[in-house]
Amino acid sequence: MSTDPHVADLPGAIVHDEVVAARHFWVHPVDAGQTLRIVDLKGNQAVDLLIYSAADDAERYSAQDTVAAQGNLFLREGSVLRSNEGRPLMTITGTSVAYHDTIGGACSVESNTLRYGHHTKSQHACVENYLKASLPEGRSKRDLVSNINFFMNVPVEDDGALGIVDGISAPGLSVDVRAEMDVVVLVSNCPQINNPCNGFDPTPVRMIVAA
Amino acid sequence: MTADLANPLAARDHARAMTGTVVDSMPVLPPVADDLPGDVDPADLLWEETVAPGGYTIRRLNRGARLRLIDLQGDACASFQIFNAEMPTERLNVADTVKVQWNAYLGAGKLLLSDMGRVLMSFLEDEAGTHDCFCGTSNEELSAAKYGKGEQPPRYFLNGRDRFLLGVGKHGLARKDVHPCVNLFKGATVGDDGAITPDIGPFEPGRTVVLRAEMDLMLVIANCPHVLDPRPDWTVAPLRVTAWRGPVTPEDDPIRNSAPEALRAYLNVEDYYRR
Repeated sequence: MSTDPHVADLPGAIVHDEVVAARHFWVHPVDAGQTLRIVDLKGNQAVDLLIYSAADDAERYSAQDTVAAQGNLFLREGSVLRSNEGRPLMTITGTSVAYHDTIGGACSVESNTLRYGHHTKSQHACVENYLKASLPEGRSKRDLVSNINFFMNVPVEDDGALGIVDGISAPGLSVDVRAEMDVVVLVSNCPQINNPCNGFDPTPVRMIVAA
Repeated sequence: MTADLANPLAARDHARAMTGTVVDSMPVLPPVADDLPGDVDPADLLWEETVAPGGYTIRRLNRGARLRLIDLQGDACASFQIFNAEMPTERLNVADTVKVQWNAYLGAGKLLLSDMGRVLMSFLEDEAGTHDCFCGTSNEELSAAKYGKGEQPPRYFLNGRDRFLLGVGKHGLARKDVHPCVNLFKGATVGDDGAITPDIGPFEPGRTVVLRAEMDLMLVIANCPHVLDPRPDWTVAPLRVTAWRGPVTPEDDPIRNSAPEALRAYLNVEDYYRR
């Protein structure tokens, strides 16, 4: 019996297990039927994530197709993560956090200059991670679209006011996503230090793939 | 084939006899509009077109151009793809648009932001107030499931994703360039629990939106039913599009100075064109 609390109730044998350091990226295939478990090791760490069809990377995660199909902005257990062709890429099969964001997008050097000021231009950002991970694989800026922010909290008020606020995640909480087709998952372990999405202190996350 | 068209010259005459045909949805060349704002010189008119239900149009607009959209019958849905014309890897970013402006809804004074920290377009006027950054557009499979009733030709083919693909293709772009869109004239409101309530109308005829191009742009505008339109029948009405030349946004512009984030988006645009 394992004493590792993060692998409890995995649906199959572990085929990949890796800790992604704070501020780093991760790109990895997940085959149809496999489950990716993401563990927020230290709590309130935004995990920016995009999904591509392994067979055709012009088919990729679409936040808009996903929220329109479920009629709700928040990603919860049971949410089907759909492609720009409307097809299921992955499904959230379990989450110990109530809901996750998919409207906030990824931070970038450029948007940071708008949100916080030009003094942030030398700071690291998710789009930097995405590009660094994608260019060796033949993908580029055209492949970056609205993403998922696991463990990130973006409420929308009645008057439309929205913002990234204190997280609802905690150390050791996790989310399981099952691949519905062969996919490639691209992650930026968010390096943002100017808002509460990472508790102002980016921390490591653990990626476990179970077959 | 009829005997009248049995030779090339007869076919030519038949084709040429269509000259001057006027239909509800078509471009007017050269553009003519008898309802331009009083301060607009008719010589600055760039574009006059009515986009058919299910149709789309593509255009390049220069920085400063004004784009007026009129929901002629109160039931159009203007879905946008927006690119920086000289570097189309820079495009509309709906996530940054809502996040940077701290608000989920578009309207007068709001900006459409690119993924490079710049403002692509701004809303000078908005009589509608029902717009949507979240729902995207329909596709062939969804349209077929919702509207396909065996009719021929199948109108369900006329869906936003298909229109976007054709539009970006004619700009020389491809599938990877179709990005999350905004829908004007059809709304989507968000409840506390994240639930999306579509606001589809139909609305009063003639609602008008005026946008200002803040960069040199390539546009694709599709006019197809909103993806969450609850009506069982495929329903969308013509969209009138007019554009005219206008001045580049000056330093004292109220939208430019409406918020610190807006000002920095304009500063980034001004820096981009500082050559």
